[in-house]
Amino acid sequence: MTYARPSFRHPQIARNDIGFSKKDYEGALSTLCAGCGHDSISAAIVQACFEMSIQPHRLAKLSGIGCSSKTPTYFLGNSHGFNSVHGRMPSVATGAILANKDLIYLGVSGDGDTASIGMGQFVHAIRRNLNMVYIVMNNGCYGLTKGQDSATADEGSVNKSGAENPFQGIDLCGLGIELGAQFVARSFSGDKTQLIPLIKAALKHPGFALIDVISPCVTFNNNAGSTKSYDYTREHMEATAAVDLVPMKSEITIDQAGGTVELIKLHDESHIALNKLHRDWDPMDKISALRNLHEARLRDEILTGLIYLDPNSRDLHAILNTSDRPLNQMAENDLCPGTEALEKINQSYR
Amino acid sequence: MEGAHNPGREKISSRKPKLYHQSGESSIFVESILDSLNPTDIKDPEYFHKVVDCQYACPAHTPVPEYIRLIAEGKYTEAYMINWVSNVFPGVLGRTCDRPCEPACRRGRIEEEPVAICRLKRVAADYKEDVSQLIPGKPASSNGKKIALIGGGPASLTVARDLAPLGYEIHLYDDQKAGGGFMRSQIPSFRLPEEVLNEEVGYILNMGIHTHFNHYVSSLKELMTQGYDAVFVGTGAPRGKDLPELPGRWDSEGNIHIGINWLANVAFEHTKAIGKKVLVIGGGNTAMDCCRTSRRLGGQDVRVVVRSPMNELKASPWEIEDAQHEDIPFYPLHSPKAFITEGGKLKGMEFELVEARYEDGKRKLVPTGEIVFMEADDVILAIGQENSFPWIERNLGMEFDKWGLAVVDPLSFQSSIPSVFFGGDAAFGPKNVITAVAHGHQAAISIDLFCQGKDLIKDRPHPMTNLTRQKMGIHEWSYDNQTANDKRYKVPHADKARALTDRLLEVELGFNEETAYREAQRCLNCDVQTVFTDSKCIECDACVDICPTSCITFTPNDEEEALRTRLSAPALNLDQDLYISGILPTGRVMVKDEDVCLHCGLCAERCPTSAWDMHKYLYHAPKACSL
Repeated sequence: MTYARPSFRHPQIARNDIGFSKKDYEGALSTLCAGCGHDSISAAIVQACFEMSIQPHRLAKLSGIGCSSKTPTYFLGNSHGFNSVHGRMPSVATGAILANKDLIYLGVSGDGDTASIGMGQFVHAIRRNLNMVYIVMNNGCYGLTKGQDSATADEGSVNKSGAENPFQGIDLCGLGIELGAQFVARSFSGDKTQLIPLIKAALKHPGFALIDVISPCVTFNNNAGSTKSYDYTREHMEATAAVDLVPMKSEITIDQAGGTVELIKLHDESHIALNKLHRDWDPMDKISALRNLHEARLRDEILTGLIYLDPNSRDLHAILNTSDRPLNQMAENDLCPGTEALEKINQSYR
Repeated sequence: MEGAHNPGREKISSRKPKLYHQSGESSIFVESILDSLNPTDIKDPEYFHKVVDCQYACPAHTPVPEYIRLIAEGKYTEAYMINWVSNVFPGVLGRTCDRPCEPACRRGRIEEEPVAICRLKRVAADYKEDVSQLIPGKPASSNGKKIALIGGGPASLTVARDLAPLGYEIHLYDDQKAGGGFMRSQIPSFRLPEEVLNEEVGYILNMGIHTHFNHYVSSLKELMTQGYDAVFVGTGAPRGKDLPELPGRWDSEGNIHIGINWLANVAFEHTKAIGKKVLVIGGGNTAMDCCRTSRRLGGQDVRVVVRSPMNELKASPWEIEDAQHEDIPFYPLHSPKAFITEGGKLKGMEFELVEARYEDGKRKLVPTGEIVFMEADDVILAIGQENSFPWIERNLGMEFDKWGLAVVDPLSFQSSIPSVFFGGDAAFGPKNVITAVAHGHQAAISIDLFCQGKDLIKDRPHPMTNLTRQKMGIHEWSYDNQTANDKRYKVPHADKARALTDRLLEVELGFNEETAYREAQRCLNCDVQTVFTDSKCIECDACVDICPTSCITFTPNDEEEALRTRLSAPALNLDQDLYISGILPTGRVMVKDEDVCLHCGLCAERCPTSAWDMHKYLYHAPKACSL
């Protein structure tokens, strides 16, 4: 039995700008089922962080409970992590983000952890525009408890025991846009060429970035009739655009600027390059985004790629005008300046 | 013998695979015309053989990982027998092999040093139980054919071993008093104890071989009148090179020696001493044996003097290291100028210093004009050896080339006289023991075919191959798939002071069982193959994500050159093949670069559909008889 990956890597392994190889972004050996989509998403996160030269100690992973929420063990082993209570990851994230705005926050959740037990928390994380990436590893079932239909299972999807799901599925992307999320995307674990740039763009976004990733459950929801299987997703996925993230220092090549490519400038002068495949879709127009989502559903298509983006996002810190200094860098007299300071404040109201 | 360079693959053009493409239009598939590669044909016996680098590099194609696993299990006898079937002299080779397998070992591409394959072979020989019951004796019946073998070295003995069990009457001729050829006369006892050689030569001679020792064959013509159905020439390269033109060469007597003759004289105890100051001229393995032997026969200031630069010495690195360990200094870039004598007595040698210059990738040694004198009581010339066939009459109709070598077919080892075959150093010039064994196997096949009146090329037997699944359970394999991180273990040596006083004391002590186990665990089991079944693949990427050495990529098919640049890690080692699947449902292909695969089995362990599976590939090179 293999409990650990061999420590050898390719002798010509690539290194990023800060001298790390992908190995420095890996975690423990996955204990999920062989072929689980979640493992591919973990690998995409590793690749995205490697390519962006993120210093591992500058990132915090947050998760709840479920197969999806186990995955932070399997990536970014040198980063901070908090595996919280079922559905309560947004609360922990809110606290962490308020305490320290210097870290990069990566939340990982599942369809149960987000759309069922955690729905109340999820909506408020969006409403407050926490500066975090929120990845939903969405397999449409409760894989950890033998594969019952989850709240995101599509109506009519057939589960492994042959039963059709009688309820409507929750569309997390539509919900996210409705609630005011300013970066909303959907992807597929089996398509890393799309997923990796989306994760990179989401990590750049200064606010709540939601990525709903269809991630087939090979053990309980990869059967014929399931609408979240590898085959069904491949056959029905349609992309809004081929997406690429152009870092701030790079020149935009003619190749990227030509044709139907649209550039969206981000706050740090980097760009998202979109090679649009849906002509009547405007990623910065909520109504256009929602219409495209609904129309795709009517055509039995799974719309993937970037769906909605407002690059002028104002996150919780901007809204509340919070301190730039993390709480752990403030001494007691910074946090409790004493009666004299209180007196001054009170005086200002008189 | 050697397989095709890129077995299992041929290029085709104008295929029309469906390419994966994201499109908002009608279909996610587009048709594209590409110059792409056919799927790898893993049924080609050479494809997976080439993945087992060590076995492929071994001239006799010994199934190395198979016997290394047996050593790890403590099954030394079984490990020995696998070796014995392939290379005939495991005990000898485990001490003296040139080790073509080790530079090929995949481990050397993953970390610094390859597995100590050679010394593990010795472990099998050292710790085995009595194998005499497992080795065939005299054949029960004769097939009525009579074969003469000229020369009693590894090539002839291999022919004898392969043919004797088939009922051939074998007559072995050698001018020495015992079998073994240069393994006996040239390899010093401190590297190869006589009893090890006697044991392995004995296994063969006990198969009912008719030996004619102390018998120099002086005429092939005469031998061919004695009713042999075929004759095998395995007489090696018996003539050591001299420097006959060098000034002073003939001005003294008795202190200038030809390396291989001198070693033979020491081995047969005609020579028992040497002067205090000894110069050994030459940088090959014979020179190493000469200088180390000199140290044991009284040489105190023993020097190796050689024309080439230090990094180009022909000797194996480990033999150079052992010589240096015995306080023998090396003087590279010294070109012999003259022997200096005084009153008919050797005083020393003059050398001119040369400089290595590189022009158009070629190395030139340019004289500097500076002359150096070195004192010497004795000089041993170890500057190469040549073939010599004074006993083959030139009017027999045998073709010779301009270097005096018989013209021999490289596959059948047949000479231009159909019933005469060559092998070992006698065939294509000086090589090594394992090459001689490989030649012997091929010549034996040819002789057997020849005696049956079959075609020597078309009727050659194929290798025996077997591909067996290794899966025992969800995370369980029938081989130990964990990759050990240990660095190569060193073989302990005998105490230097003692070794230098006793010519017969073996210097290398061999691994003990504990170290042998650890060293064996360094083997990556390259014969346990990653076998991919494209019809089972659901393209979940699990294998790509888990592979520690980034060997696997799913990508649109293309020409090999283009494919090699856009894999998960660039495939820069062109000697290693790409394993390419058929077209998958998304229009892509699976491409695996075999170069640095650890054979850890994680791709198969993480594969939900067993599209990847680990199969053990056994490849037995063909032989005249199956043992």
